[in-house]
Amino acid sequence: MTKPLVAIRSVSKSFGEFQALKSVSLDVRPGEVMCLIGASGSGKTTLLRCINQLAVIDSGGIWLDGELLGVREQGGRLHRLSEREIGRQRLKTGMVFQRFNLFPHKTALENITEGPLQVQRRKPDEVRAEALELLRRVGLAAKANSYPAQLSGGQQQRVAIARALAMKPMLMLFDEPTSALDPELVGEVLAVMKELAKSGMTMMVVTHELGFAREVADRVVYMDQGAIVEQGRATDVLGAPREERTKAFLSAVI
Amino acid sequence: MKPAPALAEGFPDLSGMRIAREPHWFRWFSAALIVLVLAVIARAFANGQIEWSYVSRFITAKVILEGIVNTMVMAVLAMALGIVLGIVVAIMRLSPNPVLKTVAAGYTWLFRGTPLILQLLLWFNLALVFPTIGIPGLWSARAVDVMTPFLAALLGLGINQGAYTSEVMRAGMLSVDIGQYEAAQAIGMGRLRALRRIILPQAMRVVIPPLGNEFIGMVKATSLASVIQYPEVLHNAENIYYANSRVIELLIVAGLWYLLVVSILTPLQMLLERRFARGTLRVAR
Repeated sequence: MTKPLVAIRSVSKSFGEFQALKSVSLDVRPGEVMCLIGASGSGKTTLLRCINQLAVIDSGGIWLDGELLGVREQGGRLHRLSEREIGRQRLKTGMVFQRFNLFPHKTALENITEGPLQVQRRKPDEVRAEALELLRRVGLAAKANSYPAQLSGGQQQRVAIARALAMKPMLMLFDEPTSALDPELVGEVLAVMKELAKSGMTMMVVTHELGFAREVADRVVYMDQGAIVEQGRATDVLGAPREERTKAFLSAVI
Repeated sequence: MKPAPALAEGFPDLSGMRIAREPHWFRWFSAALIVLVLAVIARAFANGQIEWSYVSRFITAKVILEGIVNTMVMAVLAMALGIVLGIVVAIMRLSPNPVLKTVAAGYTWLFRGTPLILQLLLWFNLALVFPTIGIPGLWSARAVDVMTPFLAALLGLGINQGAYTSEVMRAGMLSVDIGQYEAAQAIGMGRLRALRRIILPQAMRVVIPPLGNEFIGMVKATSLASVIQYPEVLHNAENIYYANSRVIELLIVAGLWYLLVVSILTPLQMLLERRFARGTLRVAR
């Protein structure tokens, strides 16, 4: 079996009294497209945020590309990494947010070049050319100089995907990327994600778009109350769920 | 296709009619009243004991012009110091480090909690506490020589302003959506770079109107530096009326200059606001 790109082992996370993740373990293989489904509050978004270290886990461990995230083991103890080290680890993942979070004071092009120029300190010409190519890939070559406020929600989300891809991540995390969109704009974002999946990118997608999951996902993971209830191929989990809770969730959604 | 159902009778078509102009009687009446009151006030001042020729003679006097230049120089420098301190203190205040947080809160507490005029007098009289100041072994000087009216006014006004500006800056930074911090982190930015590149530029848009307020306040607060002999416009006007006893005339001169300066600042603020409004307009410019 190939070495997993992401290895999650016994990860727990609480927000005050509320336990968002209860000893979750999971592997993500390179090139795999995984869809995480479940009711709100089931912990799927928290799991993504822990991989990107926007949330700090309470216990357990997450390895990305063989490297332990957020902490270093030394003398039988775990020591927190510096902000700089965490920033370096974050570059291996790209994150797409539910509410886009584009930088409103920068154009579409500037949103994409900001990371490569400011964080990776790469050459401006090269970065610009790549950014324009990314914009073309998400179908927005004509919108390079538009500000986010001048773009529709679907266009903004596609710019956000391009921004994440500009850092050349090995893993893309999508946190309900179409939940804030008007129904007629969902398709254009999903199309970009499908194209990305086809290109071999490893993706973890928190979504309510079961159609997308059925069509694109290599594996579907159903979570409830901070734990993984059922996982497997999309046709199995969505078509013939074994667990009662999965059945109840699916019948409520469809 | 089915024909549209017939509409009910009795509701005539109004599309050709115009809306008549309202007479607005009360507006005319109140405007006339205000004009009358203003005329009475103007007449009272014209007949009062003010020698207007002194006002016109001194409004361009060299000492007064030097005074207004000194006022502007001090206002700009003290505000610049205040903004720099304000940004630093606001960032400290929002930092996770409890030491920085406490120091920042203490600074704001101390300098907002005491009168500005008292702070100016303390800086100016620093020599009473420390007769000589300097770095041991390297450099030292008598405090009376170092703490000139200019430096005392700059420190007094600037450090006091920093305490107020820090709260304005903090409000601006808090107004930026938390998702912006997360998006900046997600592309690998550290805290300070995210603040500088992403958060502060967005905060500026919110912060400029209150900062314009603060700057106008600063222009007028420089007049307090007259008590520590800084030669700003009010101080110079006072020196003239000590000699010629034309108190009211010279106060009017100083007042007119303050009004002029503040009037010029307002359009400048609008230009600055436009600069930082980048990306907020839905239509491309």
